[in-house]
Amino acid sequence: MIKIRLCRWYRRIVGKEYIMENKDVLILAIESSCDETAAAVVKNGREVLANVIFSQIALHTLYGGVVPEIASRKHIEKINQVIEEALEEAHVTMDDITAIAVTYGPGLVGALLVGVSAAKAISFATGKPLIGVHHIEGHISANYIENKELEPPFACLVVSGGHTHLVVVNDYGEYQILGRTRDDAAGEAFDKVARAIGLGYPGGPKIDKLSKEGNPEAIHFPRAKVGESTYDFSFSGLKSAVLNYLNSCEMKNIEVNRADVAASFQKAVIDVLVEHALEAVKEYGFHKFAIAGGVASNSSLREAFEKECAKRRIEFYHPSPIYCTDNAAMIGVAGYYDYIKGKRDGYDLNAVPNLKLGER
Amino acid sequence: MKILALDSSGLVASVAVIEDDNLIAEYTMNHKKTHSQTLMPMMDEIRQMTELDLSTIDAIAIAAGPGSFTGLRIGSATAKGLGLALDKPIIPVPTVEALAFNLYGTDKLVCPLMDARRNQVYTGLYEFDRTEENEYTLLPLVEQCAVDIQEILNTINTFEREVIFLGDGVSVFADKIKEVLRVPYTFAPASCNRQRAACVGTYGMQLYAKGVCESAAEHAPDYLRLSQAERERNEKQDNAQ
Repeated sequence: MIKIRLCRWYRRIVGKEYIMENKDVLILAIESSCDETAAAVVKNGREVLANVIFSQIALHTLYGGVVPEIASRKHIEKINQVIEEALEEAHVTMDDITAIAVTYGPGLVGALLVGVSAAKAISFATGKPLIGVHHIEGHISANYIENKELEPPFACLVVSGGHTHLVVVNDYGEYQILGRTRDDAAGEAFDKVARAIGLGYPGGPKIDKLSKEGNPEAIHFPRAKVGESTYDFSFSGLKSAVLNYLNSCEMKNIEVNRADVAASFQKAVIDVLVEHALEAVKEYGFHKFAIAGGVASNSSLREAFEKECAKRRIEFYHPSPIYCTDNAAMIGVAGYYDYIKGKRDGYDLNAVPNLKLGER
Repeated sequence: MKILALDSSGLVASVAVIEDDNLIAEYTMNHKKTHSQTLMPMMDEIRQMTELDLSTIDAIAIAAGPGSFTGLRIGSATAKGLGLALDKPIIPVPTVEALAFNLYGTDKLVCPLMDARRNQVYTGLYEFDRTEENEYTLLPLVEQCAVDIQEILNTINTFEREVIFLGDGVSVFADKIKEVLRVPYTFAPASCNRQRAACVGTYGMQLYAKGVCESAAEHAPDYLRLSQAERERNEKQDNAQ
């Protein structure tokens, strides 16, 4: 008797959620914007049932960076395999899927087109809704996966090989860009410096590792300010400073301590990222701050933010490395919130290589 | 047998549905818009107009290369997505052969020319051969390939037979053909001088009967060319040796 009453009470009070619980929204998500072919199944926007990533890094290492045509060819070869694996790993069939989400920009156009074309065909053949997702919105949304309590508004720093954005997340799917890089992305600077000191591609993880053996105070590299803008970034000057330093050492026949260079360079990047991000958090009065993107798995960057956020009593969020790298789970999360807001795309959805955040 | 056929290998985007010897619908566009914007809406139009139940399709035929790299991938990714969702196999149809199929039954030689830039063409040389089953099949004299325009024209001269050219390379190399060719030739008219999904599908059925078929997962375009980065890397390695 009590049980029945409780159940009715539960239904009445949280009727909405109750219905939601019974009608799980399963998003099949596809991501192919750069050199990762990925598919995922995400339940109700927060629970990752499968997250399959085929990384092409080994292939591109031969060329010292991502070759768009080779990446696109690999995507075609792998796309069905990752989708089938994701469905299998999630123990669902295509029939169970509610909607198809796919990254449609920004990224390499040829690479994006593989995912977009496959997603459109699946949507067409199954009659399930199609949702084009912004890659950066995906990165930001990766934070929702492991932090169930995290909800907008909050500030987020997106740092990756192609992007450096300081963003205010006003609501799900509603973003305001406070600052961005004027030249190189942070991850790009990592790659270029790594190449200069002979570490090879991909530079981020290699510099992160080598830095642990070096002294971050050994060499002082510049921390660039960008004109009148408080929140914009610039990393090309820093990259040049490192290259100049290496050249001058060579001229003077001084042996370069690569670990010190790596550590000092990394410190210079992190100092600027932390300073600008926390300035924004303070200015806008946020108590929550998150990082996202490939560079967000850099251990020193995380430590620096952890320390500085703790000092200021700000909740600090970051995804696990597997959700920092390009993946489809994050696209499934962002796609879920687009889905419940009613966003739908047509069969004419195109890849948009330079898609801006907040543009629809 | 019911086939959904696609071709987005060149400037033309084309979709067709064929059931046995009936062309149920064909939609061909040769316009500025990208294949990514046209191919699926065209397919949707055909589905609605013909009340097509996709589950009745037996296989998906696709112009599988050579052609524009991006165009091929849009077609292939579309075919792979359809194949995955519908659980249907893919018939990979060589683009140049499907082009040649436009001129079914001719007693002349057929030479499709697709502009491959840098003075190169995707081409081949074909004749139609009558089989015991009273139909014509395509017989390659030169298999589809990426070669210098001069090379294929020289080869044609050695056959000493009349030839019909077709494809988007014709207008690009018309002067060159006039200059080099020593055999009678004509250019196919607009009704049959470009990629058509109906040809991809019909010829695809012939190939299917010969056992040409693959799973959606294993299908990938046949580009006939390495990427520029791979070519340069190979050249470097060759020079080093």
